Amino acid sequence: MAFFEARNIHKRFGSSVVLEKIDLDFEQGQISGIMGPNGAGKTTCFNVLTGRYAPNRGTMTFEGRDITGLSPQRIARMGISRSFQIMNLFDDSAVIENIMIALPEFRDMRSNMIRPVFRDKMLEAEAMEILSQVGLQDVAWEPSKSLSYGQRRALEIGVALAAKPRIVFLDEPTQGLGAEATRQLSTLIKQLRERYTIVLIEHDMRFLFELADKISVIHWGQVIAEGTPSELQSNSWVQRSALGEIA
Amino acid sequence: MMTLSNISARSNQWITPNIAIMAVFLFTAPFWLTAVGLYDYIGLEIVIWLIYAMGFNLLFGYTGLHSFGHGAYLGVGAYAFGLFQHEVAVSLWGGLFAAVAAAGIAGLFVGLFLSHRRGLYYALLTIAFGQIFWFSAIKLRGITGGEDGLLNIPRPELNLLVTSIDLNNNVALYYFAAIILFILILFLWRLVHSPFGRILQAIRQNEMRASFAGYEVWRFKLAAFTISAMFAGMAGGLFSMAQQSAYPDVMAVHQSGLIVMMVLIGGGLVSFWGPVFGVILYYVARDILGGITEAWLLWYGLMFVLMVMFRPEGIAGVIHTLNQRFSKRPATQKAQVT
Ligand SMILES: Nc1ncnc2c1ncn2[C@@H]1O[C@H](COP(=O)(O)OP(=O)(O)O)[C@@H](O)[C@H]1O
Ligand SMILES: [Mg+2]
Repeated sequence: MAFFEARNIHKRFGSSVVLEKIDLDFEQGQISGIMGPNGAGKTTCFNVLTGRYAPNRGTMTFEGRDITGLSPQRIARMGISRSFQIMNLFDDSAVIENIMIALPEFRDMRSNMIRPVFRDKMLEAEAMEILSQVGLQDVAWEPSKSLSYGQRRALEIGVALAAKPRIVFLDEPTQGLGAEATRQLSTLIKQLRERYTIVLIEHDMRFLFELADKISVIHWGQVIAEGTPSELQSNSWVQRSALGEIA
Repeated sequence: MMTLSNISARSNQWITPNIAIMAVFLFTAPFWLTAVGLYDYIGLEIVIWLIYAMGFNLLFGYTGLHSFGHGAYLGVGAYAFGLFQHEVAVSLWGGLFAAVAAAGIAGLFVGLFLSHRRGLYYALLTIAFGQIFWFSAIKLRGITGGEDGLLNIPRPELNLLVTSIDLNNNVALYYFAAIILFILILFLWRLVHSPFGRILQAIRQNEMRASFAGYEVWRFKLAAFTISAMFAGMAGGLFSMAQQSAYPDVMAVHQSGLIVMMVLIGGGLVSFWGPVFGVILYYVARDILGGITEAWLLWYGLMFVLMVMFRPEGIAGVIHTLNQRFSKRPATQKAQVT
């Protein structure tokens, strides 16, 4: 049994079916990639896997435990964390606070009404450690809304990592990034692979093929192809969209 | 642009300069109130309403939950205090405990219905529940005394171990209420910098992200509502002592609207101290404008409109801006309001 398994996932909104029947396996310690055209249902798939929506049919298991239909907070507390394609931060709060709140140690103190958060040097050190992983240590005390677009993307990833996840889902982390920022992100994800199990939705094929151990192609709400990057090179859909990208 | 969720350089401290200034004003007020043309009783009213407003702003400003029916919990506290004196025993602490507990239970009950909602639906439900409490207070004549309210509520004496203090004197009651307010301010100051308080502020900014960070958002919303109802209950208990009666008017929708206006005008959305400015302005305006014209609320309403249009950050925002202009420091983004 795989580390994280989704079986027969079906999701519709009203009468519009977005996920027809999705089967996915993510192995521990690997980077699994998900690709597919716009509107294929990739983000919706993440939303189901991380608890934002319950599937209409199908089951999900994480380390053998059934997590189907659990709330996002329950799923998050099991060590599943995610970033968002459309950025989703605590804008008024400082960068470091975005990270602190996501730390499991902070979560354990959630009902404490007396202890000053910013006197806790351990929390601060822990958050700074995460920030330096994503290259934001110098802007730690700035309000997060003052960050540049690329920095906000990095913070999205930082928040996902701060939860000390056992598996982390990243939804199109390169979206809107320039070539240089994309290269930096690629380097970062290569470093992260030592420590985390990563699932990555990605539009940028070169980026994904370089990083992923295994790639699933989602189209029309189904997994239409699956394999290692080299196996997929020969897939006709992949070839067509790769050509499209180069052209 | 400043916000409530900035990290104050001094947020680690029990007593900040602003808290010290507050303490000085609070505990010297009876010595200068009459000199500035006011009187002791208005000081008492202001202190009571400050307890109400600061607890309200934990919900409204910090957690971003818009309650327009909060007068209900002040009323519940007032009735509970009065009923305790009439039906159980004449006791200061017993009455205040009953006031806080009753308002807390009412808040917890209503909060269970509210806390899975957000935005407009949340606000509408608070109004609906506020109306239910107000209507019940009028109709349950046998318990609440109907429209006349509960009359002849005594001011029990304050028993200290060696001596006891008669609170029938307005200055004595003022000091008693001021001490309670000050303790609650210390508590709130800690709370908004604690993990619990920071999570409330995170929920205000982004409920979805908070739930994906593993927080049971509705429980925090419920807790914030209940705590603010308990503050209202404490204010209500003290108010029924001040008035020596409890009546349904404080639960009416327009009264619940006033607390929102006070907090907004004062700058509760941007500063811990916003409610203080708002409450003081309201009472001073009531006295000064009210002395000139019957239609003073009209002028107050107009002031509110102008404020929302031109200074949505309220009085605290204006003070913050002036502060930055006069101190030589350049206005950096990290500048604090505390
Ligand atoms: N909450 C929702 N309600 C209705 N339709 C939705 C919802 N979320 C996504 N969809 C629809 O599902 C389809 C797939 O969207 P999405 O999962 O965002 O695709 P992708 O991430 O692959 O680009 C789109 O047609 C979108 O309109
Ligand atoms: Mg998407």
